[in-house]
Amino acid sequence: MSKYIVKRLLYMIPVLLGVALLVFTILSLTPGDPGSIILGITAKKEDIAALNTQFGYDQPFFIRFFNYVGDIIFHFDLGTSYATRQPVMDSILARFPNTLLLAVLSMCLSAILGISMGIFSAVRQYSVMDHVCIVVALVFASMPGFWLGLMMLILFSLKLGLLPSFGADSLRHFILPALTLSLPSAAGLLRLTRASMLETVRQEYIRTARAKGASNKRVIWRHALRNALLPVVTTLGSGFGASLGGAIIAETVFAMPGMGTLMTTAIRQKDVPMVMGATLFLAVLFGLVILAVDIMYAFIDPRIKAKYQNGGKGRE
Amino acid sequence: MSKSRKHAQLSEFWRRYKKNKTAVMGLILLVMIVGMALFADLIVPYEKCIEQVGADRLQGPSMAHFFGTDEFGRDLFARVVHGSRYSLLIGLATSLMALAIGAVLGASAGYFGGVVDNVISRIIDVFMCVPPVLLSLAVVAALGTNLRNLIIAITVSCIPGNVRLIRSVVLTTAEQDYVEAAKSYGTSNARIIFRYVLPNAMGPIIVNTTMSISTMMLSAAGLSFIGMGIQPPSPEWGALLSNAQTYLFAAPYMLLFPGIFILLSSMAFNLVGDGLTDALDPKLKD
Repeated sequence: MSKYIVKRLLYMIPVLLGVALLVFTILSLTPGDPGSIILGITAKKEDIAALNTQFGYDQPFFIRFFNYVGDIIFHFDLGTSYATRQPVMDSILARFPNTLLLAVLSMCLSAILGISMGIFSAVRQYSVMDHVCIVVALVFASMPGFWLGLMMLILFSLKLGLLPSFGADSLRHFILPALTLSLPSAAGLLRLTRASMLETVRQEYIRTARAKGASNKRVIWRHALRNALLPVVTTLGSGFGASLGGAIIAETVFAMPGMGTLMTTAIRQKDVPMVMGATLFLAVLFGLVILAVDIMYAFIDPRIKAKYQNGGKGRE
Repeated sequence: MSKSRKHAQLSEFWRRYKKNKTAVMGLILLVMIVGMALFADLIVPYEKCIEQVGADRLQGPSMAHFFGTDEFGRDLFARVVHGSRYSLLIGLATSLMALAIGAVLGASAGYFGGVVDNVISRIIDVFMCVPPVLLSLAVVAALGTNLRNLIIAITVSCIPGNVRLIRSVVLTTAEQDYVEAAKSYGTSNARIIFRYVLPNAMGPIIVNTTMSISTMMLSAAGLSFIGMGIQPPSPEWGALLSNAQTYLFAAPYMLLFPGIFILLSSMAFNLVGDGLTDALDPKLKD
């Protein structure tokens, strides 16, 4: 097992460098140089050139990239914002906790809701409650999250006055955004869990367990559930990515100071280093979460464990 | 494959599809929405989208304006009907482009294996590290906000998943005997991939593409909503919602209708996708 973990950890290094190159390349396609973005095209040529030198923009592409990555690794520095002339990292660290809290809250909420309702629905296949679950899940899974957020904002904040409609000052401010994010993804998880449960129940080892006289409860909880949840666990990693993405949009709905509002403002101001830094920061975080989920998966799935214990190698 | 056999396969497929009532409902919904987009001009002339009636500002739904009017007195029914063209165009264009690119890369990786597979898979690993919305946002930030760039941005975010799926499907198909047989005849690799491997691996790919249209439409609306997609005054649904946000108190109905239409179209593709999954899966014959 430790061999597998070390292998995965080492593999993360080239992947993260690749992510840095990807993000750097995409955002380097932005037209304009720092000098003329900051000062405007009417400014004096010498001033523009001076600023470009200050931002290292007079260097060739790959030199700039290596400097960028070097600064990140050795100085934990993501460059200087065009708009505020302050370090990008400071702005990110100020905003990031809100986004992280929102993403984690909604992840947990959607996992609890989606998985439990999915099991419930599968165990009572074709019952009235099952049909209700399926229809509700279909509607929520097809719904644009930000629209749901706006509707809840009208109901709970404007009409009923129960919850605050903007900001991030207390945990109460996170209730509506977290619901906005988690309901659609819980719906997706419900559908997946249900389908996976029903697929598992049809397997032969379940029939064997039943033939051996195991009670229905024991078959579901002990034999079916563990196997049925394997495909669900693999989607939790990408689910976190979706939560981060959704958080970016939900923050706009609830005017929450997080990475999403930071990025949209930066994009409007053509603040390239800020957009680049924020994108890279979230991508690296997401990469680490995927890694953690993969390692966790290896612990849960006995097949992977067995593969590495025998030293055998197979194609994914 | 002879024509009559293909025909028989299709009718068998249709027989299984129509047994599923919700799938048929989804198909009807889908036809209605596509019809709305195609015949938008017959339903309500485009001029109604841009016509500003000063006396009719922020009017609630009525017989004169089914969905009410916006802050310039423009008819929201007309704007929602014509807005369907954006959502469908974006959903279809991005999914098909991502499918084409995904098919070429995924099939090459799965079929050739070895170095080709390694290079493609490692690049995809990198792309997979960036959450889709974030990737789209970065592309839009670099290229600027308009319809073409939004389509590029969303396509890019959809490619990695497609490559992975098609690679894994092709991987199992390429091991079949008929592929071996085709190889022994000296058939070219490109011909084997497009004539034998991909058609036989089509089931999951079709389902995935149908479902992805729904996802793509939702992300396009989301990006337009935060001002990073289609810009007002275009009547794109996400842009309409973004505008409605300003009038939450005064005119909550502005929020209602574009959202319902996004919901219905995305649901239509999901239902059809579910129906296709069942109809195409031979294991689920019960």
